[in-house]
Amino acid sequence: MATSSASQARLAWSLLAAGGAVVAVALGAAHYMEVHGHVVTGMNNQVVWGLPHVFAIFLIVAASGALNVASIGSVFGEKAYKPFAPLSVLLTVALLAGGLMVLVLDLGRPERLVVAATHYNFRSIFAWNMILYNGLFALCAVYLWTLAERRFAAAAKPAGLAAFAWRIILTTGTGSIFGFLVARQAYASGVIAPLFIALSLAWGLAVFQLAQAGFARLSGSAMDAALQARVRRLLGIFLVAALYFVVVHHLTNLYWARQAALERFLLVDGAPYPAVFWLGYVVAGTVVPVALVFHPKLAGPRATNAAAALAVLGALAFLYVFIIGGQAFPLEIFPGYEASSSFGDGRVDRYSPSLPELLLGLGGLAAAFVIALAGARALPILPRDEGPVAPAPKPAA
Amino acid sequence: MAAFRLAARAAAALLAAALALAAGPVAVAAGPKLDAPRSGPCVEDPKLMRRSHMEFLKHDRDDTVRRGVRPAKHSLAGCVSCHASRADDSVLGSDTHFCQGCHVYAAVKLDCFECHTPKARPAAVASAAGEPLR
Amino acid sequence: MNPVDKRRRDFLGQAAVAAGAMIAPGVFLYDYAKAAAPATPPAGPPATSGPVSAKVRWGMLIDTTKCASGCRECVDACNRENGLPGTTRPTDSQWIRKVDLKDLRSGATLSAPVMCQHCAEPPCVDVCPTGASFKRADGIVLVDRHTCIGCRYCMMACPYKARSFVHEPTTGQKTEVPRGKGCVEACTLCVQRVDRGGRPACAESCEAAGHGAILFGDLNDPQSEISKRIRSVATTQLRADLRTDNGVRYQGL
Ligand code: HEC
Ligand code: HEC
Ligand code: HEC
Repeated sequence: MATSSASQARLAWSLLAAGGAVVAVALGAAHYMEVHGHVVTGMNNQVVWGLPHVFAIFLIVAASGALNVASIGSVFGEKAYKPFAPLSVLLTVALLAGGLMVLVLDLGRPERLVVAATHYNFRSIFAWNMILYNGLFALCAVYLWTLAERRFAAAAKPAGLAAFAWRIILTTGTGSIFGFLVARQAYASGVIAPLFIALSLAWGLAVFQLAQAGFARLSGSAMDAALQARVRRLLGIFLVAALYFVVVHHLTNLYWARQAALERFLLVDGAPYPAVFWLGYVVAGTVVPVALVFHPKLAGPRATNAAAALAVLGALAFLYVFIIGGQAFPLEIFPGYEASSSFGDGRVDRYSPSLPELLLGLGGLAAAFVIALAGARALPILPRDEGPVAPAPKPAA
Repeated sequence: MAAFRLAARAAAALLAAALALAAGPVAVAAGPKLDAPRSGPCVEDPKLMRRSHMEFLKHDRDDTVRRGVRPAKHSLAGCVSCHASRADDSVLGSDTHFCQGCHVYAAVKLDCFECHTPKARPAAVASAAGEPLR
Repeated sequence: MNPVDKRRRDFLGQAAVAAGAMIAPGVFLYDYAKAAAPATPPAGPPATSGPVSAKVRWGMLIDTTKCASGCRECVDACNRENGLPGTTRPTDSQWIRKVDLKDLRSGATLSAPVMCQHCAEPPCVDVCPTGASFKRADGIVLVDRHTCIGCRYCMMACPYKARSFVHEPTTGQKTEVPRGKGCVEACTLCVQRVDRGGRPACAESCEAAGHGAILFGDLNDPQSEISKRIRSVATTQLRADLRTDNGVRYQGL
């Protein structure tokens, strides 16, 4: 409203260029990793999944949660959310693509992606996930179309329902990548699937809130206050729900004597993981944002955005402890014995991330950002946005 | 990727056709100049080999790796043991080296020798099979 | 390639050669006879093997009471046989390692080699998205490094930390043991030896060093030395709680 469309366009283009630059740097980092091998990362034979996986899993889990707003709109018939459904679907696609990009570029042999697409082991939850991810892309495309075309309005509800069911299955699958690792003390648990669903609701909504606020700046069409208040409350509820599952997961582990040492490592003395967990995830990522969201004095778009941003940081902190901390603690192969060897038996691994893997991970975030921004400008995504359908004069970029 | 493979295949087919059409030695003169094999004959007719060695290799690779058939008739170690240069025991290194020369000529890129040694085993050069058991 | 394709290709191959033979002088006929002969190697020792069958199940019995702590014969032999550099940074491959153990109650110490346990129900095979991790009919668990994409999920799933990821470009591989960057690898039970009637390098070297702590053999054959020993002494499997039914058994743990 306030800014002219030409300056908005210029801002959008420069943001796109900045995002593109980060993606380009990430591609360079991935190439570097491929030429030299994974020695140039912090990963090794004990911590086999590192920082790239923290970013990738965040993006994939948030992708599924970003579909929330659309689900509430079309599946649960909450009319107020409907104008934001297309943005929510677009974010899902963007986040998922960013996450998969990181995952693929971290492979030891990314050039063999064709092999992954043609050789399926149907016993592998990983292979199932590849099907689920591609399916979600397809469903999102269909769903977006039904939302955009008035002719297909009747199909929007079933399409939304399908996408909703699919992403619940998908997040169950993502959680099960870890939950099915029966040999790993840090993961083997049925709680992880529902935990991931709760996390996805919170993280997805946080990303949606940030995107929504950002696009409101760009397009000048803000979310109305009543709806904003509902999103804010929902974010708080989801964050608390996720924390609840995290607590349950740790409690089950603590109850089982065999896991006590692992829990002690993650929560008390296994530096740096306890600090990252308590300060990063619990305080900065949950308690502060929940306070920001529910405190009557603080209520407002600023506080909500801060809460959402903190929730994203908390998400990365949580995954860092979950993925890397969980592997750094040695496997127990000989119960009742103290083990030592040249291969890290009985010893905590001192993983420290390297620059290339950090750049690759950030590249995933940037890719999601670029796709979302480009998508929102190219497609009729934003509420009350005329989009490029009207023959507006081409802005000088 | 698929398009690339298609193009590579088309190129290979053209090359194979050219090699097949021209009478033997003339074709070799027209194509890359490669190190002569150390012994023979090849595991298949050379004409067929030119056209289909990748299929043979992929088939027998699965036979060996998955089913323990060894030595397979079209063993990669076997190719190397016959086709390695007499000068440096290798199938790679320059454009006259057997595998590299032809692939450079045909613009094909292989990853096989990232893992498989391009060197013939110095002791048992003519042997396509393994070392004798101790 | 399916069998039909294979047959068609064989036919095409023979047809092509036959066509050549009709117009070519006698030397071609000689070539044809050689080329069309069944899968005999062109030269070399007559020993051929495979396809492997499920009648055998290879396994090992490790007697920790005979395993000397500080002895690295098996580790060195493995590195020599398989062309591994033998360095022990956290990013280096170790197909077999010596683990020193101290009993937490009695304080007794012992030592044992740990390698891929060649499970009958291998978790690595279950989780591998492309099917590159597989179990051969004779029970040997391998990585097909032609279809491994380097995702490392198998390493996450392995209860024994038996697998390594190749973190760097490799050089100096042995002819029989290709290996390279970006794929996961592990003990192969020395397939290249076993398929020719030999036994794994670790077992051989342990015996040569006078310890005889590693016994290799066919778990399916009731008459084999290993089966007899397993019947007569108490043996354990690592992480038996997971019921992966390991091919490698331990005595004295
Ligand atoms: C990442 C490493 C890697 C790459 C790349 C690779 N291989 Fe292999 N290859 C292996 C391993 C490991 C074996 C198993 C050796 C064994 O069991 O004896 C093998 C075995 C084989 C065999 C059976 C053994 C022999 O010598 O005949 C063939 C054939 C083969 N590979 C062909 C190929 C071809 C063709 C390529 C390139 C398109 C290739 N490989 C690329 C690792 C690799
Ligand atoms: C016993 C030795 C031997 C083995 C093993 C062998 N070759 Fe050959 N190869 C020969 C000989 C001899 C020729 C004929 C060269 C000629 O006619 O100029 C030949 C010809 C060829 C040709 C045609 C060359 C040209 O100049 O057009 C190709 C391609 C080839 N071999 C590939 C292979 C491959 C791939 C393998 C492994 C699967 C292999 N060979 C195994 C001996 C061998
Ligand atoms: C006469 C020329 C020639 C020679 C000699 C030759 N190749 Fe090839 N090779 C080709 C051509 C052409 C292709 C591409 C075929 C295609 O893509 O369909 C190819 C493809 C391959 C492929 C498949 C590559 C892929 O990505 O699918 C393998 C494996 C291969 N060659 C192995 C070898 C080995 C090993 C040797 C040496 C023993 C060798 N070749 C020697 C011409 C040759």
